Amino acid sequence: MASQGSMRLAAFDEMLPEVSGLRKPYSAYDRWLKEQDPARLTEKMQDAERVFRKTGITFAVYGEQEASERLIPFDIVPRIISGNEWRRLTQGIEQRVQALNAFLDDIYHRQEILRAGRVPKELIAKNEAFLPEMIGVRPPAGVYTHIIGVDIVRISENEFYVLEDNARTPSGVSYMLENRETMMQLFPELFQQIKVRPVENYPQLLRQSLAAVRPQSTKGAPTIAVLTPGSFNSAYFEHAFLADQMGVQLVEGQDLRVVDGHVAMRTTEGYKQIDVLYRRVDDSFLDPLTFRPDSALGVPGIMDVYRAGNITIANAPGTGIADDKAIYSYMPEIVEFYTGRKAMLGNIPTWRCSEPDSLKYVLEHIDELVIKEVHGSGGYGMLVGPAATKKECEEFSKKLAAKPSNYIAQPTLALSTCPILTDKGLAPRHVDLRPYVLVSDRIQIVPGGLTRVALKEGSLVVNSSQGGGTKDTWVLDD
Amino acid sequence: MLLGRTANGLYWMNRYIERAENMARLVDAGLRMALTRTQNASEEWNSVLLSAGSDAAFTQKYSDYTAANVADYLLRDTSNPSSTMSSIETARNNARMVRTALTRETWESINEAWMSLKRMLAKPIDERDLPSVLDAIKRETALIRGSFYGTMLRNEIFDFSQLGTYVERADNTARILDVKYYVLLPSISWVGSTLDNYQWESILRSVSAHRSYRWVYDADYKPSNIADYLILNVRMPRSLTFCYRFLTEHLKFLGDDYGERHACHATAAKTQAMLTAGSIKDIFDAGLHEFLANFIRDNTRLGDEIAQDYRFY
Repeated sequence: MASQGSMRLAAFDEMLPEVSGLRKPYSAYDRWLKEQDPARLTEKMQDAERVFRKTGITFAVYGEQEASERLIPFDIVPRIISGNEWRRLTQGIEQRVQALNAFLDDIYHRQEILRAGRVPKELIAKNEAFLPEMIGVRPPAGVYTHIIGVDIVRISENEFYVLEDNARTPSGVSYMLENRETMMQLFPELFQQIKVRPVENYPQLLRQSLAAVRPQSTKGAPTIAVLTPGSFNSAYFEHAFLADQMGVQLVEGQDLRVVDGHVAMRTTEGYKQIDVLYRRVDDSFLDPLTFRPDSALGVPGIMDVYRAGNITIANAPGTGIADDKAIYSYMPEIVEFYTGRKAMLGNIPTWRCSEPDSLKYVLEHIDELVIKEVHGSGGYGMLVGPAATKKECEEFSKKLAAKPSNYIAQPTLALSTCPILTDKGLAPRHVDLRPYVLVSDRIQIVPGGLTRVALKEGSLVVNSSQGGGTKDTWVLDD
Repeated sequence: MLLGRTANGLYWMNRYIERAENMARLVDAGLRMALTRTQNASEEWNSVLLSAGSDAAFTQKYSDYTAANVADYLLRDTSNPSSTMSSIETARNNARMVRTALTRETWESINEAWMSLKRMLAKPIDERDLPSVLDAIKRETALIRGSFYGTMLRNEIFDFSQLGTYVERADNTARILDVKYYVLLPSISWVGSTLDNYQWESILRSVSAHRSYRWVYDADYKPSNIADYLILNVRMPRSLTFCYRFLTEHLKFLGDDYGERHACHATAAKTQAMLTAGSIKDIFDAGLHEFLANFIRDNTRLGDEIAQDYRFY
């Protein structure tokens, strides 16, 4: 798949655009870089590898045999965003996140947006991510999606687009934190010369944010826990890391049960009530009495406790309806409907293959487009037209024609690039950005996020499962 | 506050680290006997397997008691749930589960032990390499113990870990004695023969006490002294009394912390009282085998009660 994503496109480089030369946010870094001995940098790159492998031992202990293979590669050149750019971005993100929560509240209550005909009814009713069990349920503090990752791509100096919203259980925040930690270990002097806004208080912010949305009935400080599917889950490290950093318990379904109308965890001294549950378990596994009866990962009866308002579940069940790829194409309408203003952050133009005209266009231009499964993720099941062979396009066309509503199509965008350090010096590679947003009684966005980078020359696929790496992301304090 | 499941994970993580090491110790003692007493080698290996509690399963797989077969079965066979490799794997899985309760040093030492033993035990062990493999196993577990003692906070997490270590160790020492109890009985006619000397040394060696014995007692091996050393000596780190001193101590910490005493407190106190009140003569008079059988039974019960009283499941 990664090789299919390879192609040459004239892309905007965030450090050294061909037309205008070095961009300002990178000037201090560039000055520092020019003073460095290339041999020392190569050495640092190996140090980074070592630092990472060491933490990486704890990082990549996923189920598989030899852990080290699952290390996500790290590049030592930071991706730098100016204070101004960041302010503009965050305004757009805030607006979008407000709209997402308002949309969820509406969809599970009056459904005004459907009555107004702005989003088609059948898109909701037939959607697996829509949970009828949530109809009429208002979560504590009225927040549905508490932790959101908004994937953003850039194509020029002033053009940012949202690639997708992650409103269920966005992952990767532990990489953001570890990347910064590693950079500060490797280049302490850089952080003295350049004022970079901190990200390391994220766990603290997360804890405060979760505490702020506790159920009304909670007396005193709320008890918070992270619910993990268990140590064989591929993101287990992140679950353990966050619980550890927040100083809260890491629980599994087998630790929990409903006691006297509350969810409680089994401790060595008996059952203790939990008020806020940051769950990293999918909706369908959450409550075997309500959803999948064979689930051993959830808590029987938790939905009753939830409906009674006695526990906060973050993110709320049913938030998936807001980040579904079929809904995505309606996001500009959704943002405008709930905020009364045009969306500050644009969507990538999207053809809904369920619409006959669009399908016709997509089939005729398949070799120019990126085609995605509506419910897919992780870069699987997609076609990058310009990089695919004629045969691959033909085969995909058949799949598409057979089940059009399963697909959306987008133009192939020249994602911006950012230099990485290679054996032959700096070289540009395509990147995207996932900032992390926390919603409680306010909206907080940690300055930075996770920059994913396609390490292969020309590749547009940044997913770690397909040869992508990560970079530290700096937001300048200017 | 500690989850019951986490307490359970800590308890079994430490039982299995202890077991991984004990297997190496048993093979070490067996190897020594086999080298010095070629005639009865297979009988020796048989008692090693009995001490390990693995004889029945071994004989289903092998017909000969040879060094290669026994070492393979006890050290690297993953179909044997108590082999060193299986034990270190189980210990690591438990450590992953209780990751947030461990210091980074402790977790990394367990993870590194697992990686290095996995490499070392990937292929059958060449007999010439056996001594160095046994050393390496003991070194890895010593590193885990060192990081654990050096970095862990002395709280309930530490207590549940120590309970696992000492329940396993007491069980191990008692089983070694019970398999060989007859060579310690004073009534046997060939007392003092060379054979006995080897047998006695083998017992001491399997708990790594053949040198320290001589610092504490006479240079000569006397069955009553050996039994005294392994059962009643309060300073010998693998004796039953030593194990129970720490078991009662850590249970007391937990009881004080939580302000609650359970059935396990009574069981541990009873065994502890029996060990401190008794003399080795009393134990021999009442029957060494009966004593050990009762001890093993009570020790197992203690483990079950700890699991129940502290809501492991």
